[in-house]
Amino acid sequence: MTEHLRVDPIACRANGLCADLLPELVDLDEWGYPIVAGSDVPAPLRATATRAVRACPALALSLTDR
Amino acid sequence: MTTTQHAAAPQDADHRLLADWYETGAPADLATHLTRHGPAPLDAYPGGHGRDQLIAELERSGLRGRGGAGFPTGRKLRAVAAGGRGPVVLVNACEGEPVSGKDHALLSLAPHLVLDGAVLAAHAVAAVEIIVCLHDGDPLARPLANAVAARRTDPVPIRFQPVPRRYVASEESALVNLLNTGDARPTSKPPRPDQRGVAGRPTLVDNVETLAHLALIARYGADWFRATGTQDTPGTTLVTVTGAVREPGVREVACGTPVGTVLRLADAAADAQAVLVGGIAGAWLPLPFAARVPLAHRELADAGAALGVGALFVLPANACGVAETAHIVRYLAGESAAQCGPCVFGLPALADDLARIAGATADTGVIARLANRLAIVEGRGACRHPDGAVRVTRSALRTFATDVDRHRAGQRCVHSGQSYVPLRQGERGYR
Repeated sequence: MTEHLRVDPIACRANGLCADLLPELVDLDEWGYPIVAGSDVPAPLRATATRAVRACPALALSLTDR
Repeated sequence: MTTTQHAAAPQDADHRLLADWYETGAPADLATHLTRHGPAPLDAYPGGHGRDQLIAELERSGLRGRGGAGFPTGRKLRAVAAGGRGPVVLVNACEGEPVSGKDHALLSLAPHLVLDGAVLAAHAVAAVEIIVCLHDGDPLARPLANAVAARRTDPVPIRFQPVPRRYVASEESALVNLLNTGDARPTSKPPRPDQRGVAGRPTLVDNVETLAHLALIARYGADWFRATGTQDTPGTTLVTVTGAVREPGVREVACGTPVGTVLRLADAAADAQAVLVGGIAGAWLPLPFAARVPLAHRELADAGAALGVGALFVLPANACGVAETAHIVRYLAGESAAQCGPCVFGLPALADDLARIAGATADTGVIARLANRLAIVEGRGACRHPDGAVRVTRSALRTFATDVDRHRAGQRCVHSGQSYVPLRQGERGYR
């Protein structure tokens, strides 16, 4: 099953922790909002992605298996 | 399996929704409407099997939504019907688009066709309620309420919901949010309204023109509907023509009619330089190129535009397309619901870049920066509002490339102050 990384754009407050914790998949735009590079999370990054999801203070980041 | 017997179809191929108005010049009251079309043919689609047949007929008709997105209507009904749990039908009568008047024209001239469409859609998805969403203070509220009251046989209750007069307040998830929480701002998807909408029920949100077409398809059938228009955009469409034209207004034409034919009907200025197609968040196409482009989804997409709400704004020869687009994007920035970062910061940044180009005050990096920002803003909102700003900006850079070059060579725009496109910022909030 492929997991997908999703940002809820309304919830996101540009705290930027996701880019700190998961630079392999998350870049920040010029205003500090995350750009997710392809939403599929490769298996080796799953644990880190889960950590990033848990670290988001706005609860804006999620992993779905859709 | 039984096949639905369709009523004998009216003759005029290109005037369907506004047939009465084209013939008599008067709005169709209930008696006129019943004389022409008879009552909504609910009996032709009895029970669960009938509902399924009605949806199948709509799928076969190829009808696509007329509120802007152009989503296949039958598929949308199918999704809502599959959700069960007593769906709700929202009639989107807001027409927040500043250069469109077709929904209001239709609601004034043929209100019962729209209401028939809502009732038939409600029947198809087994809805428990119909809610007509209309801008707060809209003068149509009273005549529409009277039209609803005059109909005595509708099987589903119809009520009205006033909507704050803001551009994004009539986006479908914003309408659902308004009904659920009193806040008319879009929400993140999923869930989409067809999955979880008003009071958690599957919710069908359809534009009034879409519903009026639906009402005719239910009567006369998919084959009749497809007898005019193009393969991928069958039927007729309402178009609103404004700007540098002597006869502005709303007309009904066959889908696939070339833009130039519609401009001739409106007596457009011969030296007009461009047309904004689909609405202010649509796309600029240069003239005379645009004149040959058919008003149909595929052909407009090939030309770099979209049908949107069928609005054509004609830009006069003496206006500056870059300055106009700066005004439009500034307006769209002001109409952002201010929820998503890329929209909150991106739209004003796009407007600033465009205004600097028009004012010949842009730095050398402006084009590269704009291209980068367009790519960054697109697709990153909870709704499609930022995407519209991106689309109109991209089309302006293509269509007015010569003006962009001239401004960048230091020639200031003499038209930057006043906007030809009529834009009035919303004055109140989203509640």
